Amino acid sequence: MLIRKIKLQIKNISVTPSNQLARASANPFLVRSAGPQGLCRGHFPRKPCWSCPCRSWFWPLYHFSAGGGFLIPYIIMLVVEGMPLLYLELAVGQRMRQGSIGAWNTISPYLRGVGIASVVVSFFLSMYYNVINAWAFWYLFHSFQDPLPWSSCPLNSNLTSYDEECEKASSTQYFWYRKTLNISPSIEENGGIQWEQALCLILAWLVVYLCILRGTESTGKVVYVTASLPYCVLIIYLVRGLTLHGAINGLAYMFTPKIEQLANPQTWINAATQIFFSLGLGFGSLIAFASYNEPSNNCQKHAIIVSLINSSTSIFASIVTFSIYGFKATFNYENCINKVILLLTNTFDLEDGFLTPGNLEETKDYLASAYPTEYSKIFPDIKNCSLESELDTAVQGTGLSFIVYTEAIKNMEVSQLWSVLYFVMLLMLGIGSMLGNTAAILTPLTDSNTISSRLPKEAISGLVCLISCAIGLVFTMEAGNYWFDIFNDYAATLSLLLIVLVETIAICYVYGLKRFENDLQVMTGCKPNWYWKIIWAFVSPLLIIGLFIFYLTDYILKGTLQYQAWDATQGQLVTRDYPNYALAVIGLLVASSTMCIPLVALGTFIMNRWKKGKTVSV
Amino acid sequence: MAFSKVLFTLLVFSGYWVRSHRRMVPAQRSAQANLSGAKDAFKVRLSLKTALGDKAYTWNENEEYLFKAMVAFSIRTFSSREKIEISNVLLCNVTKRVSFWFVVTDPSENQTVPAGEVQGAIRMNRNRINNAFILNDQTLEFLEIPATLGPPTEPSTPIWVIIFSVVFCLVIVGIVLLIVSGIRQRRRKSKASTEMTDVEDKCETMVTIENGIPCDTLDSKEGRTNRAFAAGDEKLTPL
Repeated sequence: MLIRKIKLQIKNISVTPSNQLARASANPFLVRSAGPQGLCRGHFPRKPCWSCPCRSWFWPLYHFSAGGGFLIPYIIMLVVEGMPLLYLELAVGQRMRQGSIGAWNTISPYLRGVGIASVVVSFFLSMYYNVINAWAFWYLFHSFQDPLPWSSCPLNSNLTSYDEECEKASSTQYFWYRKTLNISPSIEENGGIQWEQALCLILAWLVVYLCILRGTESTGKVVYVTASLPYCVLIIYLVRGLTLHGAINGLAYMFTPKIEQLANPQTWINAATQIFFSLGLGFGSLIAFASYNEPSNNCQKHAIIVSLINSSTSIFASIVTFSIYGFKATFNYENCINKVILLLTNTFDLEDGFLTPGNLEETKDYLASAYPTEYSKIFPDIKNCSLESELDTAVQGTGLSFIVYTEAIKNMEVSQLWSVLYFVMLLMLGIGSMLGNTAAILTPLTDSNTISSRLPKEAISGLVCLISCAIGLVFTMEAGNYWFDIFNDYAATLSLLLIVLVETIAICYVYGLKRFENDLQVMTGCKPNWYWKIIWAFVSPLLIIGLFIFYLTDYILKGTLQYQAWDATQGQLVTRDYPNYALAVIGLLVASSTMCIPLVALGTFIMNRWKKGKTVSV
Repeated sequence: MAFSKVLFTLLVFSGYWVRSHRRMVPAQRSAQANLSGAKDAFKVRLSLKTALGDKAYTWNENEEYLFKAMVAFSIRTFSSREKIEISNVLLCNVTKRVSFWFVVTDPSENQTVPAGEVQGAIRMNRNRINNAFILNDQTLEFLEIPATLGPPTEPSTPIWVIIFSVVFCLVIVGIVLLIVSGIRQRRRKSKASTEMTDVEDKCETMVTIENGIPCDTLDSKEGRTNRAFAAGDEKLTPL
């Protein structure tokens, strides 16, 4: 299962890969056969269903792109990059019949680092991802109030008007930045741990522990619930969303391609990275899953079906998202127009109800010519309301899904019900992702004899949860959201790219494409045709190297990395530079997973040399 | 008789003239007061169509009369100036918006009631003024008299804490149950496996068992008679 989020830049609607987060599950559907080691590849459901839920759900929930301008690159990249790499990983797992570390060890002992890097990335992911579940819990518990707490601003001290920060921003933004995060103005000011968020984080980890406590058997049962419930909620939301006023605007926006966006290479790069993370390539879970397959399983068909289900789920969820987004944009647009009308009516003492959205423009021109002095006085306050700009506005970071959806929900009737439904769905998806993540970490731990012989599996899971929870408390501080963004942007992206690049090159050139092809024919009975071979050998490595070059040039051109900080006095986000120690943490994050590959290769090389030296001397 | 009729009509007409003149003079004076000083005057703005839509009433003199009455009532109750009459509230500059300026004069002191008092009076009775016109704070605006906004009601314990505690307790109970049942299962398994190994050990020290009967008891010199065949001697036919 995989989730990733994307943030949208203002005006230059391109999805920057930096805020994507991917989480892959290690087959929650696999059931180990009895036995403490579980070495026998036992029974598990063979359906590709494991990939249906959660995988690409968050793509539309967090992703607001240049409308249909993104769908086209997405589909093209799916066919060119997603399906072949998925096929490759499934074939490797099915052929080697071992988990990711073991599979790469079989191909070449120098490549064991690839599996280790995957586990390290999963560990980073699980550390910060559960904070999202904590936020979802917080919003869920607050959804049982009437009226919803984010629907109106709190009052200031002398009860004459609303709180200043809330006036400048909006009530949903205020609730997110002030009440939920209590965010500090910059990453340097740490502040203290917010006890409410810390409690929610502890609860989230307890829920995850409850689900993984008994090992993968119980996890498999839980996943049935966490995977099917979001589908039901999404269908309900689809029906509701399509009947909202203004939903058509959002859908039209989604399906109209924008030619200038298609010409921008950034869009294609973002689409490629999206597909990448949405399918869970590079986490090792695909290999582990496929290792439980029957050798004669037709993994080509499997790969195609999985990726098609994946993308159709994405598109389905994005229809819902865009219809709700269209509702919100239309609502804000109409509010803006009404404010302008009120301003003009009050300034020129026109008859109430005289100005309508229809005659607004001509009346404005008339007033500008008839009363130039007064008009010029209020001219700075007259905003140019446009539906396009409302649809284009973006919110940065994870707050996207919390701010935009809560803003839309507060304007619906029976908003408590919709709010509860939405956050329950978010929780199910989030917990499903966490189960996959923690399973990916626990599998090698429980497999290794040294650890599992000393501690029962409840204790191992408990220890992993405890450590991750303790580290996760960092994200509940006042500056915690900035650290969260660091992890979100840098913990997984570059490492996964490198892992997949090494995988493709290893299969095609180290193991040998011909040998691989023959293995597949022996196993499944059908040879992979020329399309797959060309893509594995040439297109995918080139594409990934291109992505790498793009990231590096982007970093070099910008000079330094920047982040968005919330300025309470202005009521909006401002861009700041990262301080040096934050840059060091970023470097450490990227290095600790990517360096696994060369370091383990080097270590194996040295060990072999040393052993050879010993045998020769003997 | 005719003379008395003429005198009577003259008196009536003069009365009318005096009254209208009296009415005009304060208006003139008030117009001058509003326009020149505007010291203790406040602007009021109504949005009838926005608030009431089709049911909006037209703003006419009768509505103005009601407004004056509400203001006079507010001043009377707030600052206990008992002499304030409806005629002491002066309106002018009525526009189509609908908006106008008003000021309150105090006849006993022959000057306008200070702005602070008017502000306080309006704030105190804002709700009743709004209700008299079926409007609210946004549609009946007194510029520069801020309305007192009602704070949202907050229960003594926040609701989210209650729900959080419930979910928390459920999860803890679930974890404890699972852990305890896991420990019990493991104990049972380890007991069963130790029993099995004990029984097997015993078997190894015993001598071979045949059909459940240990062989050494069968090993007796006399042999054993199988009574199923024992009574067959008499049945043997003699030679």
